[in-house]
Amino acid sequence: MSILGTNFNSYDLAEPTVCVAGAMTQSVVVQVGQCGNQVGCRFWDLALREHAHVNKRGLYDEALSSFFRNVDSRKSNSGACCVGGRIQRLKARAVLIDMEEGVVNGILQGPLREVFDSAQLLTDVSGSGNNWAVAHLTYGSAYRESIVNTLRKTAEHCDCLQCFFLIHSMGGGTGSGLGTRVLSLLEEEFPDVCRIVTAMYPSAEDDVITSPYNSVLAMRELTEHADCVLPVENQSLVDIVNKISLMSHGAKPGCVLKKDCTVTSGHGSLSPTEKPFDAMNNIVANLLLNMTSSARFEGSLNMDLNEIAMNLVPFPRLHYLVPSLTPLYTLADVNIPTRRLDQMFSDAFSKDHQLIRADPKHSLYLACALMVRGNVQVSDLRRNIERLRPSLPFVSWNQEGWKTGLCSVPPVGHSHSLLALANNTCVKPTFMELRERFTKLYRKKAHLHHYLHVDGMEQSIFSEALSSLDALIDEYHQLDATKARLTPDAPRLSIAR
Amino acid sequence: MSVVTVQLGQCGNQVGRELFDVMCSDAQDAGRKTHSTAGWERFFRHTTQGDLEARAVLIDMEPKVINHSMSRAAKSGRWRYGETSHFSQKQGSGNNWASGYCVHGPRHRDAVEELVRREVEHCDMLAGFIPMMSVAGGTGSGVGTFVTQCLRDIYPSAFVLNHLTWPYGTGEVIVQNYNSVLTLAHLYQLSDAILVHENDTVHRICSQLLKIKQISFSDINRVIAHQLGGVLQPALTPDSCGAYSRNPLGELVGALACHPEYKLLSVSTIPQMASSSIAFSTFSWPALLKHLRQMLISNTKMEEGIDWQVRPPPASAGRTRTLTAGSFNTSLANLLILRGKDVYSAETGGFGDSAIYTSWLPPDEAFSLWKSPVPFNKYEKSATLVSNSQALLRPLDDMVRKAWNMFASRAYIHQYVKFGISEEDFLDSFTSLEQVISSYTQLQC
Repeated sequence: MSILGTNFNSYDLAEPTVCVAGAMTQSVVVQVGQCGNQVGCRFWDLALREHAHVNKRGLYDEALSSFFRNVDSRKSNSGACCVGGRIQRLKARAVLIDMEEGVVNGILQGPLREVFDSAQLLTDVSGSGNNWAVAHLTYGSAYRESIVNTLRKTAEHCDCLQCFFLIHSMGGGTGSGLGTRVLSLLEEEFPDVCRIVTAMYPSAEDDVITSPYNSVLAMRELTEHADCVLPVENQSLVDIVNKISLMSHGAKPGCVLKKDCTVTSGHGSLSPTEKPFDAMNNIVANLLLNMTSSARFEGSLNMDLNEIAMNLVPFPRLHYLVPSLTPLYTLADVNIPTRRLDQMFSDAFSKDHQLIRADPKHSLYLACALMVRGNVQVSDLRRNIERLRPSLPFVSWNQEGWKTGLCSVPPVGHSHSLLALANNTCVKPTFMELRERFTKLYRKKAHLHHYLHVDGMEQSIFSEALSSLDALIDEYHQLDATKARLTPDAPRLSIAR
Repeated sequence: MSVVTVQLGQCGNQVGRELFDVMCSDAQDAGRKTHSTAGWERFFRHTTQGDLEARAVLIDMEPKVINHSMSRAAKSGRWRYGETSHFSQKQGSGNNWASGYCVHGPRHRDAVEELVRREVEHCDMLAGFIPMMSVAGGTGSGVGTFVTQCLRDIYPSAFVLNHLTWPYGTGEVIVQNYNSVLTLAHLYQLSDAILVHENDTVHRICSQLLKIKQISFSDINRVIAHQLGGVLQPALTPDSCGAYSRNPLGELVGALACHPEYKLLSVSTIPQMASSSIAFSTFSWPALLKHLRQMLISNTKMEEGIDWQVRPPPASAGRTRTLTAGSFNTSLANLLILRGKDVYSAETGGFGDSAIYTSWLPPDEAFSLWKSPVPFNKYEKSATLVSNSQALLRPLDDMVRKAWNMFASRAYIHQYVKFGISEEDFLDSFTSLEQVISSYTQLQC
């Protein structure tokens, strides 16, 4: 099937070229469980808004094709349209999985129903009862075939599938259990496609009693099967949302929060009213938007999705990347004085802007990526890296461990933005705290029988998950221990003269 | 004779476009027929419609940059790229040299060789190739190394001059030192000479000489293109008998790369200033050349901040210079290219001084001079120096040191092993670069 069309919408090419489909890569979002689906939907909502803002011509362009299909219902054979044609009907490259119907049904009755087909959905009615084992083993086996089929079908719509974005929570049953089951299915079925997991970690005051079990059991899967994991903590999101609303209520005179900014409001997007968790979920959705911006839009320093793991993961298991987003509350005027731009870079390393409760500045960096959007030049990047470098401890063998990307399209409502991804030992306390909560329950064997009832679940799975976490924490410990030491250069090879 | 440029990866495709832009506009502005004709013959061909098309092949593993470069060139109205002389894929090499060299390169070998062959067939005579690439990423470095190897195999008698952009010292790509080490070690076996621009140096030129406040990659690439143009535009060489040389790469390599252990060339140009200032400045050859010579021996890439204290060690020291003479930059060979007004009256004796060269090559062989009376790129007078000297020793040593430290902890190695580059391969590359470092260090003995 070859259709004539222009090759690249945003440039005026001298000659139209023949294309079968887009020239860019595509990604698929797999959202599992209540939390995963809520965050996922915020992502689709904001992504549509962002593209609507950039794409003025109503054409199905390269940028859109990376996360959306363009479907013409009048055509047969699933009616996929070529890049360059008019937008007919956009369909999200997504798979929605939940073991209860509430959230997904809500989506289907909401404004986003148009972007999902029933073929992309997988639901059950009875839920996982906050039990990792039920979701991972029982549902995992029962739905294995249909999950794989749905994934394959979605993948077949892509001509160059680059990345799976998996979104799920760690504390609940379906998210942690089935989410991590999907992860290993992805590894089996698509070994060459990058797997980036956005994992929502529960707060200490989580109302799900078994959340430490679920999280630790899920952690082992993430450590073994993901290419990168972006941990996000509920409590950090709450703190950030509070900080934003404090600003928007005029805590400081002269500081007026821009109403249209992507974090606080669904204004201008499809959903008419704000749901309580929307503000928090929007932050995570923005994380995904900014991470994929360079893969969707042009820039003077492209950063492909497969470069993230290549640059940020020095050792296969240590692939937990702490995200931070700035500016969260921009007083967006288009012509920004330099000082404020520099503030954006400083903020990315402060405790307040991390999406988990962690302090990267006082831990050890293994590597760090700065993904910048908007009107920012390479000299701004250099200046800020030079300025911040002395205050940031990097591991001895990666003193210049910076990866940078410049994407020219800013997020809607901002003139520039920065996403920092840090491979930093500051994730360790989060993991240790989790282990502590796990051990507290596990020592008393509390609720253990709910898990051991499940077919295929054994106590050894608990102890193995725990030792996997122990080993992970220990690896971070060992790196932290090098921090104090002054490491001399490795003795060089000597050449016989 | 004509040169086929092979642009590889994001950097190669951006720098390449700027280079063709400089050379095209310079040939048109110069208004001298023989000069223009010689310049066009080298780097452009006339289509049947009379348009200028660059003798270039564009290769990248993702489409965005190539599309951009092609449409920018077409929009210039002066020249363009051949409609079908580009090759791109959808998914980049992910900053991984191994992915570029072991996977993408071999997989697309036939397509790339076919593009190159078509471009070569357009040349009446082939002078050689200039593969342009960065060493930091995956496509430029990895695919670039592979393509250079293919060129070597298929055109064994053609000259191959690699142009490399070295990354900022403080990271653009975290594994840049690994990628650089693998690239350089392999190219050293393949290339006739390797011409290097360091982003750090060019960045300083942009900020201190050109006074650019917010420096973009275009600014940096334009400076590189200007310096390269100064080298590659037609000039009268000692062997060209009063006509413009027709074998630019051969003569360049002959002048500078006389020993297989020494292939690293650096470039400096004088004067460089904001274009608004050019009209208000006058230049004299003695002053320009005095500065340029001091830039050479003190290893400064700019006319600002030159260390005037650095002098050649006295001959009586008996060539037993040690670390005390560390700041003095010893040359193996230099090529000076003068362009502009009164070029025949310029006195260049200072560059033929035996004190600035290694002891085992006589200065008349170590020093070459090219001239052209046509002013280059709006400068009434300009001088470009291509130097095979210790100038790149420090950055090369830094690169190898950082990569070696990382290698000692085996960080990131699994990403390379995945595509078939083993620890042994790394060790081989380290060994051959330590050899290069050792050779350049010994230049001053």
